[in-house]
Amino acid sequence: MRQDIQVNRIDWVTILIYFALVFIGWFNIYAAVYDGQDAKSIFDLSINSGIQLVWIGTSVVLIILIMAADYRLFENLAIPLYLLFLVLLILTPFVGKEVNGQVLSIGVGSFRIQPGEFAKFATALALAKFMERPTFDLSKVKYQIRAFAILMVPVVLILLQPDTGTAMVYFSLLIMFYREGFPSKYYLLGIGMIAIVLLSLGIENNLYLAVAIGAICLFLILLGKRSWQKTIVFSLIGLGLIGITYSIDFVVSKLPSHQQNRIMVLFNPDIDPLGVGWNVTQSKIAIGSGGMFGKGYLQGTQTKFDFVPEQHTDFIFCTLGEEFGWFGSLVVISLFVALLVRIVIMAERQKNRFSRIYGYSVLSILMFHFMVNIAMTIGLFPVVGIPLPFLSYGGSSLWSFTVLLFIFIKMDASRASQLGRLS
Amino acid sequence: MTDKRPQIIIIVIFLVGFVLLAKLFSIQVLDDSFTKKAERNAVQRIVDHPYRGLIYDRNGKLLVYNNPIFDLMVVPKEFALEDTTRFLEIFKIEKEELEERYEAARKYSWVKPSILKKQISTTDFAKIQDYLIDYPGLFITTRSVRSYPEPIGSHALGYIGEISGRALERDTTDYYKQGDYVGLSGMERYYESLLRGVKGAKYKMVNVRGIDKGPFKDGIYDTASVEGLNITSTLDMDLQKYGEMLMQGKTGSVVAIEPKTGEILSMISAPFYNPNDLTGADFGKNYQALNSLPTKPLFNRPIMAMYPPGSIFKIVQSLIGLQEGILFPETTFACNRSLVACHNHPSPVNLFGAIRNSCNPYYHQAFRRMINQEVSSNTYKDTEIGLTAWKEKVEKFGLGSALGMDMSGELGGSIPSSQYYDKVYGEGRWKYSTIYSLSIGQGELQVTPLQMANLAAIFANKGYYYTPHLIKAVNGDPDEIPAKFRERHNVGVDAKHFDLIQDAMAEAIYGTAARAVIDDIVLAGKTGTAQNPHGEDHSVFIAFAPKDDPKIAIAVYVENAGWGGRAAASTASLMIEKYLRGEVLREGLQEYVLAGDFIY
Repeated sequence: MRQDIQVNRIDWVTILIYFALVFIGWFNIYAAVYDGQDAKSIFDLSINSGIQLVWIGTSVVLIILIMAADYRLFENLAIPLYLLFLVLLILTPFVGKEVNGQVLSIGVGSFRIQPGEFAKFATALALAKFMERPTFDLSKVKYQIRAFAILMVPVVLILLQPDTGTAMVYFSLLIMFYREGFPSKYYLLGIGMIAIVLLSLGIENNLYLAVAIGAICLFLILLGKRSWQKTIVFSLIGLGLIGITYSIDFVVSKLPSHQQNRIMVLFNPDIDPLGVGWNVTQSKIAIGSGGMFGKGYLQGTQTKFDFVPEQHTDFIFCTLGEEFGWFGSLVVISLFVALLVRIVIMAERQKNRFSRIYGYSVLSILMFHFMVNIAMTIGLFPVVGIPLPFLSYGGSSLWSFTVLLFIFIKMDASRASQLGRLS
Repeated sequence: MTDKRPQIIIIVIFLVGFVLLAKLFSIQVLDDSFTKKAERNAVQRIVDHPYRGLIYDRNGKLLVYNNPIFDLMVVPKEFALEDTTRFLEIFKIEKEELEERYEAARKYSWVKPSILKKQISTTDFAKIQDYLIDYPGLFITTRSVRSYPEPIGSHALGYIGEISGRALERDTTDYYKQGDYVGLSGMERYYESLLRGVKGAKYKMVNVRGIDKGPFKDGIYDTASVEGLNITSTLDMDLQKYGEMLMQGKTGSVVAIEPKTGEILSMISAPFYNPNDLTGADFGKNYQALNSLPTKPLFNRPIMAMYPPGSIFKIVQSLIGLQEGILFPETTFACNRSLVACHNHPSPVNLFGAIRNSCNPYYHQAFRRMINQEVSSNTYKDTEIGLTAWKEKVEKFGLGSALGMDMSGELGGSIPSSQYYDKVYGEGRWKYSTIYSLSIGQGELQVTPLQMANLAAIFANKGYYYTPHLIKAVNGDPDEIPAKFRERHNVGVDAKHFDLIQDAMAEAIYGTAARAVIDDIVLAGKTGTAQNPHGEDHSVFIAFAPKDDPKIAIAVYVENAGWGGRAAASTASLMIEKYLRGEVLREGLQEYVLAGDFIY
């Protein structure tokens, strides 16, 4: 096999950040499960930090395999992988193991994988493959529909499991769509609608909001050149938004009660601090009590004494916040920001559209996880069960993020060998 | 069109990082409420309740001690019930009570322990101990309740109980917490700060299930509790016990004082209750029961009941007259019964005879001389001036206001002032004929049994008293008692005037209280009868003995027992004998008092 990796083309900065995050995660997992009265070694396989080290070790094997593979492999495998994971997702509800009413994983014995996790990079590859064609233009409705179709199939299948958190992650690919030319007006409209939904949930009296929307629309109609078309468009938008305002409470009331509660807790964590609000309340207490420099490694009380649920997986950030304080948060968030920015820079230097699209998909998925996970631990976002990339405990999670990222590092390292197909 | 988008995405990335860090900065650095919440979460403050001080009698005999009791605690998060009926059976708890307590516990804290059942007796504790393991989230804490070797002295010793909400609000030192025990009456209340000791605290870390995770910061914040101070009281256990035996079934008061020190030897409020009833789990129930009795056993008569002093007040009148130079031993008045009724006795009488015979007309006339000294030509004005001067002198005898003994709730009785009469009759519209009943201790005069006993002490001491008190020593040190109890109060009458009084009192009992005479102990006493508009008069007697070296001064009130010479004098005499001799030889008199049939 032709050796196409040039070591000096590998983006070592990204790899360095990757390992920094992975080992910060590993130390924090140990802190999360550490019991002062029954202290075990960080390597002890009977505790999660020991197992995580096994996951880290196997991830390194995966990295080596990916780096050794032919870069064209991923391009060729894009569609077959996508189809494979669709089949697995279809099979999951029938052959998978049920936990808390959700069927997320399939496998034999203790070796289990969550197809939903891995389907992310398969979907990213499939989209990249589909969207790289020169004729593809996201500003055209025809292509918009096709791209969304590829995106929506796994989403629907995951929603059937049901796993809302993972399904939401797929929508993060809208960031990649944005880079690839999906019209701005949809984003503005989307952001506007989210803002109105949040406002109407947060504000008791919807009338104020309706009046405000009406006033803004009227202002926009009167501003600048006036025309019939413009008046009609803005009037319709205004009426639509007011309609959303009034229907949102109804829609929320139709959601399953646990999701309803997660949303309401966001606006008022005190409504039920022992029940629904427990996670967020305890998580905020843990992080908030960390102060500027934290309580010191292994000195946390909130995470250590099980006040925070899921502290080694989805709520791993609590351990960090409590034991290393704001300074620790600053380090980890800076590492993530650096990684994300680095990925953008790498994506922009790709010579073909396939790599660039895939790079932005990686960015989208990592950014969404990073943003939503930390935001939920500090009460800025409803509690959704998604892990913090590279830090959270768990094999499926670490492997899928590793594969996701390193396929792109591999593409980037091989960019010199690729044909310039950029359009 | 899309060439600016990578930059926009980078800006958004930075924005996300910035927003997260800003929010983190606000909860981690700016808002310190989370630190406190975290400590409340994971750090449990275990209060180490100190041992409450013991109370001894004047001879070192134990009056009050501590007895361990057990509280059943629950941690709601861990507590789960499968078989409710069995649980209710084992733990002897009512279903409604269980539900109520559990709900309260849940509201207080999901993870911290609350009381599920209070004050389980040692025997019940032994029974439930083995079942505890079947019920996660339940455990036992130990504390102690007050116990009494002898069921006596209930009013003087007082009781402790859970601190009230109002008392908690008033507690500016923030020492007390909900559920703490505090002295509510008697010595327990007055000497709360000495007896309670100092609470200690241990800070331990607990996990979400309330399981102990070791000391917080290696225990640097832990403090040890300090035991309460032991108090030696002035009470004589044997005398108190004997007195309560005599007062059994009667209503009234006994106060016995050591005249030279003001130490209260015995203080009885009858009817009394068993102090053991106001401890432990049944406190609430028993308190309700006692409180609703028509005989009011919780009412502390020696310091709260007020009666007109009656004839005994004549001694005070005599002393003021002698000191003022208005009366002399040889001053004579006729027993003019047209002025006020009197007993059958020779007339006229001198001062000695007036005391001995308790002559009412004598004091009617003597009092007029004290009041109307013709300072003003206006009779009304003259009476007002006289009364004001007289009131001041009477007050020196510890009358008209609370003496300030070491017990809360002490009342002061009353001596009417000229303002009082102005209010009732109008200014310048009352004169001696309006107020003459004060001369013989009737009318608007009110005194408590404690003040009466203090009068006996004053007569015994020939003109001074120490504020009566119940505390003799703190942790064995007599110098630690409040300084006000070592302050001598002079009543403003020279000692020489008392000889005649003492002689007359010693003589008087042969006439009015023959039952009180003890063969080998010279006793000086004076009977009184407090008029009772609602029924039979109250029997009153004060005395001190031995006359030449008084060791005990006593006041006895027996309500609705008629004339003072019978019930009160007999009781006082027996107690004096008991105290001075250590035993009572006059069994006949003792039986007479125990029978309690004084009227006929």
